[in-house]
Amino acid sequence: MRDQLNHLRAFLLAGLDAATGGGRRYHIWMGSLTLVMVVGAYAYFLQLRDGLSVTGMTDHVSWGLYISNFTFLVGLAAAAVMLVLPAYVLKDVDFNKAVLIGEGVAVGALLMCLCFVVVDLGSPFHSWHLTPGIGFLNFPRSLLAWDVVVLNGYLALNFGIPFYILFTHFKGKTPNKKRYVPFVYLSVFWAVSIHMVTAFLLAGLPARPFWNTSLMGPRFLASAFAAGPAFIILTLSMIRANTEYEIDDSAIQKLAMITTVAAQINLVMIGSEVFKEFYFPTHHGINAQYLFFGLEGHTALVGWIRTSIFLNAAATLTLMIHPFRKNPKILIGTCIVLFVAIWMDKGLGLVIPGFVPSPLGEIVEYRPTWVEFAVTAGIWAFGLFVFTVLVRAALPIEMGHSRSPYIEQAEPVPGVTAVVSGHD
Amino acid sequence: MMDDFGFPFPLPEEGSVGVHGDGAKRDMTFEDVLRWQAMAAIAERSLDEAGRAEGEAVDVPSDVRCRGDGPDPAPALSEGPGEEIGDGTPRPPGAELLDKPMGRRKAIGTLLGTLAAGTQAACSNALPTSADDRERLLLEFQERLKGNFRVMTDEEKEATIARLERLARLKRNVHLNLSGADAEQGVLFGYAFNISKCKGYRECVAGCLEENNQDRRSGIQYIRIFEMESGEINLEHSTAEYQHEVPREGHVYMGTQCFQCANPPCVEVCPVAATWPEPDGIVVIDYDWCIGCRYCIAACPYWARRFNWSEPVVPPEDLNPNQHYLGNRLRRKGCVEKCTFCIQRTRVGRLPACAEACPTGARVFGNLLDPDSEIRWILANKQVFRLKADLGTEPRFWYYMD
Repeated sequence: MRDQLNHLRAFLLAGLDAATGGGRRYHIWMGSLTLVMVVGAYAYFLQLRDGLSVTGMTDHVSWGLYISNFTFLVGLAAAAVMLVLPAYVLKDVDFNKAVLIGEGVAVGALLMCLCFVVVDLGSPFHSWHLTPGIGFLNFPRSLLAWDVVVLNGYLALNFGIPFYILFTHFKGKTPNKKRYVPFVYLSVFWAVSIHMVTAFLLAGLPARPFWNTSLMGPRFLASAFAAGPAFIILTLSMIRANTEYEIDDSAIQKLAMITTVAAQINLVMIGSEVFKEFYFPTHHGINAQYLFFGLEGHTALVGWIRTSIFLNAAATLTLMIHPFRKNPKILIGTCIVLFVAIWMDKGLGLVIPGFVPSPLGEIVEYRPTWVEFAVTAGIWAFGLFVFTVLVRAALPIEMGHSRSPYIEQAEPVPGVTAVVSGHD
Repeated sequence: MMDDFGFPFPLPEEGSVGVHGDGAKRDMTFEDVLRWQAMAAIAERSLDEAGRAEGEAVDVPSDVRCRGDGPDPAPALSEGPGEEIGDGTPRPPGAELLDKPMGRRKAIGTLLGTLAAGTQAACSNALPTSADDRERLLLEFQERLKGNFRVMTDEEKEATIARLERLARLKRNVHLNLSGADAEQGVLFGYAFNISKCKGYRECVAGCLEENNQDRRSGIQYIRIFEMESGEINLEHSTAEYQHEVPREGHVYMGTQCFQCANPPCVEVCPVAATWPEPDGIVVIDYDWCIGCRYCIAACPYWARRFNWSEPVVPPEDLNPNQHYLGNRLRRKGCVEKCTFCIQRTRVGRLPACAEACPTGARVFGNLLDPDSEIRWILANKQVFRLKADLGTEPRFWYYMD
């Protein structure tokens, strides 16, 4: 027990060491993130002091930029499964080294999700009412209660599995598959569930015909499995360029393939929705009419959604052409475009039209304020900060550089020593 | 089916100490004493620290009077729920909290609430300097720890009502008549709206505002009156923002508000069960239990719910002191509110303010379980319809025409 505590202390110190040390570019990156976080914290202080009236939200459009980012980021978190599934379950070796990165993305995205939910609350100091036992969690009736459960569960899984693997490596041992693989299987199902539950949160409202569609869940999954791996491709490329951690081309190419297929399915679903809304327009399609064409001169989202669909289609087409997808530079550019396009579509493009026009036919448009932008940017910076710290702490262990000083007899660690590169 | 309120809420068992109770009354153990002492120390320390720090106290004009209020009776302390200790020193009404036994869950709740309250107190700039301020702070602190009104015991309900009345006295110098009255047996409220009679005067909107203590800055309105061309009932082709003389030739008027659905989607979605249907059919909100996620606003097909985007302001002269805990009592920043069929009036046999204010007789309110009521006559003899009946929400609000 005491050994374990010593190991743990050394583990945390080594992580802190890795996260705080680094070159000039690394410090500039972390410093910039911190600056954005500080500005966001100040904006959130204003919101706490004066209430949500400092945002652009109204009784008509009662959810805005915060919930938009929340729905998108749940998808990003769920996308970790696209690495976990082939690596642990299908035993595809290519992904083994990328999978910890994917789980790091999931942890960062989940923390951002929880932050976005909290900053959206009108009474964050009352949020202890959600705790079962001392408060009351309306489970299983409220889908928001479901979301609280699945998001926290998924966070625990994605934190726990990499922690176990890294900590075991750090102690110079091989992780026991029997101990963690069951949780890996669980996390695969859980990833699908977090996204489905978040989709159901919106789709379960007959009051909002724009969301009340059975395609909501599947479309969430398809877009998440396009945007998520696209983001992971970007981070893997970045890690490859800036560290000695080796990631095979084949892993990135396999991810690119997943992105392409998911993006295609997503486009088919968008087409299917557009057909249903506009072939024979009904009263229930009025929100879609507002989104794509504007209503009575109110056109705030028309340019937004058309840009998103254009970027989405262009990126998907580019990915479908093999020489383009295999060219790293084009692949990175396309992934950025696709990620932004899906963020636009599944963020504001999904949440806001649900509120405009209102269920009684009134049209009030939404425009975020600087406070909302600042808080949103702050939370994104926080997520990226956490992700960077996690990756920084994990890489030296995975590369075999970082080992506990309390290891008694050094034994070679299969699969890890092989990774150590001979550069230093 | 109409009065079927399935609600999976853990109601307090016989002899329990309320929502946080362990289910059975038990004597205070040594552990409890220790826990209590620790918490009392935390509470006192935060009070002391707040007291030490010098800051500008909130400026409350001492001579404000609220509508219909008599001259100011000076011995306010003895009116509160406070009691006298042996030596005659007045004891703040909150003091009994520190003597009360509590279960483990309540203790955790108290601790968490303390953290939340402390954090918020640190953010606020009102620091106590006088005994009144200290009492106010203690009461506010206790208010933070209370549970959901639906599962409070009668004693807990009385305690929170006493605290709120005392706080209104301390903070705003007004005497509230705050009720926590339960629904009466054999009563189920319903509303009927005569589209032929409504002329769009919006007297109901004004009456509602006067009654329900809505925030005057944002001008929250529970009732919307839609003006549309006669011939078709279509809310898409209507406006609630008309600014001209009414009634307008060739137009009809149709009012909406919370319909107190028998199958309310807003209740289903609340993650903390802060909103529920009462036995008399009124869908209520515990404003202090609401966390402000606004899921219910998204879920309501009739756009009946409103949010307090900033701290609500009601000038003392406009304040209606006759209040109900689940009705028109003062709300706080960051909680949802809505029409409650004027629960503070209708539970004592009065009409809702909108029905009373209507000059045309377009609004009919009554007890659906009373076969001789006017509303029952209308439901039996008029061609009635309900808004968006296809959604299955079963509103208790019917429209009809002559």
